[in-house]
Amino acid sequence: MGFALALVIGVITLGTVVLFAGRFWWFPEAISEHGPSIDRQFMLTLTIIGIAFILAQATLAFFIVRYRRQGEGRASYWHDSPRLEALWTTITAVVFLSLAVLGQRVWAKLHLNAPPPGALQVEVTAQQFVWNIRYPGPDGKFGRTRTELINDVDNPVGLDFTDPAAQDDIVTVNQMAIPVNRDIHVILRSKDVIHSFWVPPLRMKQDAVPGLAINIHFKAVKTGQFEIACAELCGLTHHRMRGFLLVLSEPEFERWLQQRASP
Amino acid sequence: MGASSAPFSVSAQGKNPRILKGGKAMTQATAVHEAPKSFIRRYIFSTDHKVIGLQYLFLAMAAVAIGIVLSLYMRLRLAWPTERWPLLGKLFPNAMAGGTISPEFYLSLVTMHGTIMVFFVLTTAPLGGFGNYFLPIQVGAHDMAFPVLNMLSFWVTLAGFLVLMAAFFVSGGAPISGWTAYAPLSAVGEIAGPGLGMGQNLWILSIALFCIASLLGALNFITTTLNLRTKGMAMTRLPLTVWAWFTTAVLALLAFPVLLAGGILLLLDRVAGTSFFVPGGLIVSDKILPHKGGSPLLWQHLFWFFGHPEVYIAILPGMGITSHVLSTFARKPIFGYRAMVTAIFAIGLLGFLVWGHHMFVSGMSPYSAIAFSLLTLSIGVPSAIKTFNWLATLYKARIHFTVPMLFALGFVSIFVTGGLSGIVLGQTSLDIPMHDTYFVVAHFHLIMGVAAIFGIFAGTYYWFPKIFGRMMNDALGKLHFWLTFIGIYAIFIPMHILGIAGHPRRYAETAGFDFLTPLQPIHVFITIAALITAGAQLLFFFNFFWSIWKGKKAEMNPWRATTLEWTIPSPPPHDNFGPQTPVVHRGPYEYSVPGAAEDYLLQTAPPAPTKS
Amino acid sequence: MAKPITSLRDFETIAVGPRPPGRPEDGGRGGKEQPPNLPEGSYRLAMLFALASIGMLFLGFTSAYIVRQGLGGDWQPLDPPAILWANTLMLLGSSVTLHRSRTLLRREAIREGVRWLSLTMVLGLLFLAGQYGAWRQLVAQGVYLNTNPHSSFFYLLTAAHGVHVLGGILGLGYITLRGWRWRLILMGTPDRLKHYDALVGAAALYWHFMDGLWVYLFILLFLWR
Repeated sequence: MGFALALVIGVITLGTVVLFAGRFWWFPEAISEHGPSIDRQFMLTLTIIGIAFILAQATLAFFIVRYRRQGEGRASYWHDSPRLEALWTTITAVVFLSLAVLGQRVWAKLHLNAPPPGALQVEVTAQQFVWNIRYPGPDGKFGRTRTELINDVDNPVGLDFTDPAAQDDIVTVNQMAIPVNRDIHVILRSKDVIHSFWVPPLRMKQDAVPGLAINIHFKAVKTGQFEIACAELCGLTHHRMRGFLLVLSEPEFERWLQQRASP
Repeated sequence: MGASSAPFSVSAQGKNPRILKGGKAMTQATAVHEAPKSFIRRYIFSTDHKVIGLQYLFLAMAAVAIGIVLSLYMRLRLAWPTERWPLLGKLFPNAMAGGTISPEFYLSLVTMHGTIMVFFVLTTAPLGGFGNYFLPIQVGAHDMAFPVLNMLSFWVTLAGFLVLMAAFFVSGGAPISGWTAYAPLSAVGEIAGPGLGMGQNLWILSIALFCIASLLGALNFITTTLNLRTKGMAMTRLPLTVWAWFTTAVLALLAFPVLLAGGILLLLDRVAGTSFFVPGGLIVSDKILPHKGGSPLLWQHLFWFFGHPEVYIAILPGMGITSHVLSTFARKPIFGYRAMVTAIFAIGLLGFLVWGHHMFVSGMSPYSAIAFSLLTLSIGVPSAIKTFNWLATLYKARIHFTVPMLFALGFVSIFVTGGLSGIVLGQTSLDIPMHDTYFVVAHFHLIMGVAAIFGIFAGTYYWFPKIFGRMMNDALGKLHFWLTFIGIYAIFIPMHILGIAGHPRRYAETAGFDFLTPLQPIHVFITIAALITAGAQLLFFFNFFWSIWKGKKAEMNPWRATTLEWTIPSPPPHDNFGPQTPVVHRGPYEYSVPGAAEDYLLQTAPPAPTKS
Repeated sequence: MAKPITSLRDFETIAVGPRPPGRPEDGGRGGKEQPPNLPEGSYRLAMLFALASIGMLFLGFTSAYIVRQGLGGDWQPLDPPAILWANTLMLLGSSVTLHRSRTLLRREAIREGVRWLSLTMVLGLLFLAGQYGAWRQLVAQGVYLNTNPHSSFFYLLTAAHGVHVLGGILGLGYITLRGWRWRLILMGTPDRLKHYDALVGAAALYWHFMDGLWVYLFILLFLWR
């Protein structure tokens, strides 16, 4: 029984390691400036917990075989070792807390700094199963919006066109284009329930909370089309709340924007 | 006195175990006061902690069966989203019209599976079930401090469960807002989605009832542990199970009221038009809502202030049972008893300070996120201490591979696996990609669900002979272990990979996204593993009920264990210890004491071994 | 120690000496509400923990209150309905009468003690009636539960507190009944008196807590802004 259990634990451990190390399925390549640092921290953490995982399971398996009941005699009456306990408490505390501190670096860069001054502002307003994207237009200012004016057919964010700043705002649905290599400042809102803006290659996830305007910023460094998924349960077709993030070169982006400017 | 005190004679105290083995000394101790005669007072509205414990256990078994069935429906939907299951549809004629599992029904399943498992299985079985049955016995009390409260606690829990089940049968069906019921989705009513009308109200009511029941139970646990310990049962001689139940009860006592407060506010937002959680200017289904000014994050704070301790409410009893069982079958004292107790308390205390790690990407202040992150990883330290101590308990042990021991060893393995992924999720930076993906699902199922269930299994196989006076079938039990242990890993390890690939949780299918469709084979694999593992649980249910009537008769102390429950007959008489109150002379895990005649010493064994 | 060890009791006697006198050893076990050896301290202990739990409930409400107030916007503080001052006096007075009752009970003046206990209940009921009056006043002014967040919290907190006071009144009622029964039947054996004192002590703890809780809620709702 002891051998069998140790064997099973060993096989499970090996299988797990193979599954993780083989990367048969893995995260997509990062396209944001901060993405690689998150990936590095992830791999570092994964390595450390991987070692801990192997050590712990191997020790367990080894003890199971080595100290299975055999022959005569008794177990050892060994039940305390303050020095040993102090040692492993210290080691785990140091390792875990170092990881915790290291784990704050990207976070601090993303969330403790204000968006850089020249950043392009984009407003993302989530609603049940749709992403509404708004650009401030040539004047660089978002116009006033009013809840009563919201109309899913032609005014999804409720622009108040009596405000001059609103007249050049550009609103798209589920299509979010951004220029590559430029800081993007996203203002996240929601019209109804909580949604979460999740673009896996961007390594960016942030809830959109009704009643709040949440600011995030990032910089994409590779062009392409990527999917925006909702990562917070928002209702019936949560699993189909798909938008697209288009990372374009600066001129393409300008062209894209102009095509969508109201005539 | 003579006849009735025979089982407590010195020979039963470890000096002469032959009598024990032969089972000859198992005369039933006559109770000083007879147990209630009528069936209703005895088995239904009983105030006997053992009957109440069993009632909790059976409730949890019913709940877990339902919870597993619901999870299988979810798995079927995830693996084969468009498949029709006319036969399975018969169980839910309204929600599964035509036999397909619709996305809204999938979300109802998500909600109900989570709620049933967290509240009515993981809280009910290890705490309400085993805690009620064995805490008074292990501290040497005749019953809980307040038996009537104890009885109420069970009946209110049952009412909560029935109210929750009723959600399936009201118009609109069960709520789709998840077991976390995030406002405003849960707060604005049916216009936000199916099941969010009456179903959600019933959900809140059920949770409120559960809160009240838990409070009554927790009061009993705490008072009994502190005040009804028998002579000699110092706090430092309590079995680690008792420490775990005690700490769990303190957590429940302080955490559930906050959930109750949140639930009341949520209900008022829904039915009385207040705006605690619902902000102004919401437009749901093209309708402007009248609410104004509430805060959705407030619900999350209240919920997780309860929700995180709840995780420990589920797992701490499992840790206690594992320690208890490991020590018994390692035939060694638990390593570092004081460190174990300290770790339980540290985990309980820190458990109240880390709720924010569920909210890193919620829009909460990024500074408090950092504080929560540091506290979260420091909770890994007491958890690691426990793991080290379990391993050290096995060092130079003499391991008996009984079924409870297998599950306890499985617990250690799974606890390590599930705990380590917490190191990823606890880091703010890494939570950005991992939050609300399958990585989280894998993590909490392993650490809170499966590990706790392994604790429950270990406890069931371990205490079954005491509860029913019969042994469970060994071969079936071992088969059950192997299938479950391998199956669990097959289900949950691949889920980590889904999460790393970015798969958000609570998605009814992968078809909606290009980056998810390549992951579909993993879903199919997990579903097959889940079906097999769930099937293996039938072995357990069969073994359990078959053994109640047909199992081999159990001795008073079949495992040759040390704590007080093994000093009384199996099953224990109505008042546990009969006319005598046990007197405790030593710690709970005195195995392989050098110089002792046997390799275990009961807690009641007299201080100095008498000359033999 | 020549006596052979035949029972646990013998172990106990050897280990820790004979049992102290006065500890009931039989009777009432099983099926009864408490085991006979329930130390009186259980009531007090359980009550302290129950109050911690109730405290957490109101702490939950308080944190919601503070967060909601911090959001500003539609927060319009009410003026305290005048009747609340009278209610507060009533509840504070009930704590005094309860204390008086306890002192008398301790002196074994059961009849007077129970009388003061009843007075406490009457004051508690008057308090509840007064709270209801405050609600009526607000309703007359057109202030309802959902009028604004402050009124929501006013109704919520007074209701939650009121329910707990009502529970306290029921508890006191039960204790009063028990007091009557025991006094009439048994004329107070020392055991019964001790038990009764523990019951009343736990109830008093609860009642004073509700009293203090009300003062706290009053300050939170109207004085601390």
